[in-house]
Amino acid sequence: MQLWLIPILPLLGFLLNGIFGKRLSKPVINAIAVGSVVLSFLWVVKTLNALGAFSGGLEQTYKEHYYTWIQSGALNISVDFAIDRLTAVMLMVVTGVGALIHIYSAGYMAHEGGYYRFFAYLNLFMFFMLILVLGANFLILFVGWEGVGLCSYLLIGFYFLEKFATDAGNKAFIVNRIGDFGFVLAIFLIGFHFNTLDFTTVMTQVKSMPVEATAGIFTAISLLLLVGATGKSAQIPLYVWLPDAMAGPTPVSALIHAATMVTAGVYMIARTSQIYLHSPWALDIVAIVGLTTAFVAATIGLAQNDIKKVFAYSTVSQLGYMFVGLGVGAFSAGIFHLMTHAFFKALLFLGAGSVIHACSGEQDMRHMGGLRKYTPITMVTLLCGSLAIAGFPYLSGAASKDLILEAAYEHAPWMYWVGVFTAGMTAFYVFRAFFLTFFGEYKGKHAQPTHHDPDTAHQDTHGHGEPHESPAVMWIPLAILAVFSLGGGFINIPHFLEPLFPLQEGEPARWLEYVAMAAGLGGIALAYLFYVVSPALPESIANTFKGVHTLIYNKYFVDEFYDSTVVEPIVGGSRQLLWRVGDVRLIDGIANGIGSTARGLGSILRRAQSGYIRGYAAWVIAGTVLAIAYIGFMGASR
Amino acid sequence: MTLLDVVLFLPLVGFLLLLILPKESSRMAAMVISSAVFIVSLGLLIPYWFQYPSGHTFSTDIQWISYPPIRYHVALDGLSLWLVLLSTLLTPIAALVSWNYIDKRVKEYYAFLLLLEFGVIGVFVSMDLFLFYVFWEVSLVPMYFLIGIWGHERRIYAAVKFFLFTMAGSVLMLGAIIFLYNRTGTFDYGQIQGMIQTGSLVFDPRTELILFLAFFLAFAIKVPIFPLHTWLPDAHVEAPTAGSLMLASVMLKMGTYGLLRFCVTLFPDAAHRCAPWIAGLAIIGIIYGALVALVQPNMKKLVAYSSVSHLGFVVLGIFTFTQQGLDGAVYQMLNHGISTGALFILVGYLYERRHSLEISAYGGVATPAPNLSIIFLITTLASVGLPTLNNFVGEYLVLQGTASANFGWAVFAALGVILSACYMLWLYQRTFFGKASESLSHHMPDLSTREWAAILPLVILMVWMGSFAQSFLPSISVQNTAILEQTKKLRVERVAIPDRQTAEVSRANR
Repeated sequence: MQLWLIPILPLLGFLLNGIFGKRLSKPVINAIAVGSVVLSFLWVVKTLNALGAFSGGLEQTYKEHYYTWIQSGALNISVDFAIDRLTAVMLMVVTGVGALIHIYSAGYMAHEGGYYRFFAYLNLFMFFMLILVLGANFLILFVGWEGVGLCSYLLIGFYFLEKFATDAGNKAFIVNRIGDFGFVLAIFLIGFHFNTLDFTTVMTQVKSMPVEATAGIFTAISLLLLVGATGKSAQIPLYVWLPDAMAGPTPVSALIHAATMVTAGVYMIARTSQIYLHSPWALDIVAIVGLTTAFVAATIGLAQNDIKKVFAYSTVSQLGYMFVGLGVGAFSAGIFHLMTHAFFKALLFLGAGSVIHACSGEQDMRHMGGLRKYTPITMVTLLCGSLAIAGFPYLSGAASKDLILEAAYEHAPWMYWVGVFTAGMTAFYVFRAFFLTFFGEYKGKHAQPTHHDPDTAHQDTHGHGEPHESPAVMWIPLAILAVFSLGGGFINIPHFLEPLFPLQEGEPARWLEYVAMAAGLGGIALAYLFYVVSPALPESIANTFKGVHTLIYNKYFVDEFYDSTVVEPIVGGSRQLLWRVGDVRLIDGIANGIGSTARGLGSILRRAQSGYIRGYAAWVIAGTVLAIAYIGFMGASR
Repeated sequence: MTLLDVVLFLPLVGFLLLLILPKESSRMAAMVISSAVFIVSLGLLIPYWFQYPSGHTFSTDIQWISYPPIRYHVALDGLSLWLVLLSTLLTPIAALVSWNYIDKRVKEYYAFLLLLEFGVIGVFVSMDLFLFYVFWEVSLVPMYFLIGIWGHERRIYAAVKFFLFTMAGSVLMLGAIIFLYNRTGTFDYGQIQGMIQTGSLVFDPRTELILFLAFFLAFAIKVPIFPLHTWLPDAHVEAPTAGSLMLASVMLKMGTYGLLRFCVTLFPDAAHRCAPWIAGLAIIGIIYGALVALVQPNMKKLVAYSSVSHLGFVVLGIFTFTQQGLDGAVYQMLNHGISTGALFILVGYLYERRHSLEISAYGGVATPAPNLSIIFLITTLASVGLPTLNNFVGEYLVLQGTASANFGWAVFAALGVILSACYMLWLYQRTFFGKASESLSHHMPDLSTREWAAILPLVILMVWMGSFAQSFLPSISVQNTAILEQTKKLRVERVAIPDRQTAEVSRANR
């Protein structure tokens, strides 16, 4: 089936644009970058079709072996790709949404410097993301895992002249490394216990083993994998990098930090579901981490003013839902939400990008407003995305979220209620953003903006007067994503994934669905009341609950907390204690001490060098006597 | 005379040739000779191309001194093969990066470079303990002068410190070698090893421990293992670029090579007994080196401390006594040679442009010198162990081996992987990102053709070794299997002996 073509095509695009891009014209760069991803998408479709994925086939894993990567003792790690139904879903999402975002980027980045660099990185990202989902063993998955992290780092720091952007890039990479620490330890445990890292082999072995109650190898592996997943998928406690990651260009936020890369943790847990199913305790932790994250991130989202930050926290929150789905054992619901989220969140980000583009780089919603007059297409598409995420009946978001919530209710009713409350908040903050942006009066500058607020700076400084609608190359992808956001719920992913994740028996109660629906609609209504009907209301409420508002507005001071408890002690301790005291004073001090002792000793021994022959003769005799005595002693002892 | 003899002595011939050639041509002569050595040394791959022989190849064993019986015995195996190739590859690269950098005493400089190559190749191929010791000391001298004459301001201090630290260890090793000779009547490594294998040479545990420690200390200083590492940052900071390159990439490997070749196989019981302590020091080195690297204001010191961290992985891998640990350790020796060597070269490029090693003197280099920045980035990523680049394979194998020996060790050692990202990315950000100052932009041309030629082979190797490890690993693996076999067998016998004795004693008592 030549699965290798799927990732290699974007890699070729990366190499071409990366090496020759400086000398190529923009249309050529576009053709290479977009073309490689579209071809990759087409190859995915062709492959899946040939494997029968669209016609009820692909019930077994299809695998291809290329070459041995590492062979040491009994451990053999090969470069293998495999497709099963889970991979099929991921491939469609990654290449499909990826292709749309590449097309959009051609318009969005048209006025930016470093054009070829941007597309080279974006193609490299596609390469690694496809490796991640195609990899047939843990280490190949990890190659993709680290690779997408690298591209994320490069693209967050795309505007490398700005310190906040490169800071955010470093933060993303390093926080992800902390997660990877857990992931690699899990890989070592697996490698040690199963003597292979191949998914099929490991999972088959796991299946035949007994489920364990709490402690044990599966719990250890599951929890360590979860550490990795919290890093990549921005869950508590490692979510802090994702909001900062919005420093990158908006298409990057859409592709990497919403639709694909950040869902890698969800994919990984689903991929290793057999291990998790053997440790119910670890699964509970997954659900609780997800639920807490969903809730906390949603509260932060309530009070953000930067449109991208709102959607960033929303992403964190929605990823939390996916974790809840996995944690309560509804793996297919989690993956279903992963897919619908990819549609509507990519749409929301690209729409936000279109808004930012319209406002010449402005990201602060307080300086927007009234854009429905200027950007009607963007508004309609954004409305579709907002309704989908808010859980409007029958739209894609509702379909997948309700499945998760129903499963959560089966598992523990309180999880359902927290989830529903969070859904209400989600609807509220998304529509808050929507109303602030499109309703009311335009509050932005009409002249060419030149200011660069460090929090909201954007390099898109091509000046325009009035806000304006984006070109077709940008809104067509928006429109396609809007269609999928509306209708994506009818793609029956849970049914498709049934061979992998058996569905639970029995119909859930209807009212669960209605309550969730009501929460969403209530949130929308409340946002309408606050930001359209009486815009003075939010201000006064924020003033009444000043403490809470400050806490939320400042994101619970988590960054500050990490800085003062982790970063500063490590840096300060290393500098003052380890380097200046440990290395310079202690170890070198001892070495120099030995040196000066030797010098002192030498000045005593110097007296032996008297220059008198008889003095030397005496030493020679003494030495000989000693030597003979020693040899005799040694001989006697033998 | 085998091909190996040619590879070994060609640099010495070059050294002598340089002394008589006019000094204007010494640069070019050194380049031609060292390149020729490299091309010839590729021939050493032939026996390893289609199969992976576990024994010696290219063996020469002739008498050098009749009494005491010191022999010129050199040979190649899967372990030394790649280290020899690393040395022969890096010497022409070292000559190339010195091209404009060295402008005084040019003739002596390149002569010493070739002498150094002779010394280090000799170390890796000697199968006679005395010959090994001779080469060990021979390699020390040119490096002493490279630092002491062509270094920066505090070069004398650094050179003396380097020399004294290394000497202190090697004297102990010499003592241990002479002790072995007294017991066995030979300096031949193979023979002594054979005696230990067959049980005709047995040490009591205390003697074995002392001998082991004598060797270990010499190698530990060279590696360097915490807390014997403080000579390294000074030596690196003061050395010229090529000096740092050869020191980090090749000479430090003499230490880890020695640990694997001599310490572990000659004194396996003591090695096993000390393994937890040494692994502990290695792990401290990994974390400590990384933490101190994090706060260095000087680029070269940062890279030097990162070496302490990286080499901790090598030592840890060796003392896990697992196949993966050993394979990873040897692979990591090569990886460190490639990627840290590249880092020193790139720091040297920056220094040649800006004449400062302080990180604060930089910032925004990416704008005037994009190619330099990309190459530096790839090297940085290799150094932090990004998969598809070389270090990942080594670190993975070491940690996988460690995890099966002792999972707790793996947990602590893996912390180094987080920290390496911290110090390298921070270095990269402060050097390359941000807005370039006016004065920096003016003195920051992008890579020249010569500079490309020196760095590109290393970048290609990073990708090759990272993505296609099986081009290199099998011959290493075979050799490590043999080494592991040697250490294992002994332990079984050693355990058996006291049992038999007690059995005899109890029988006698009855």
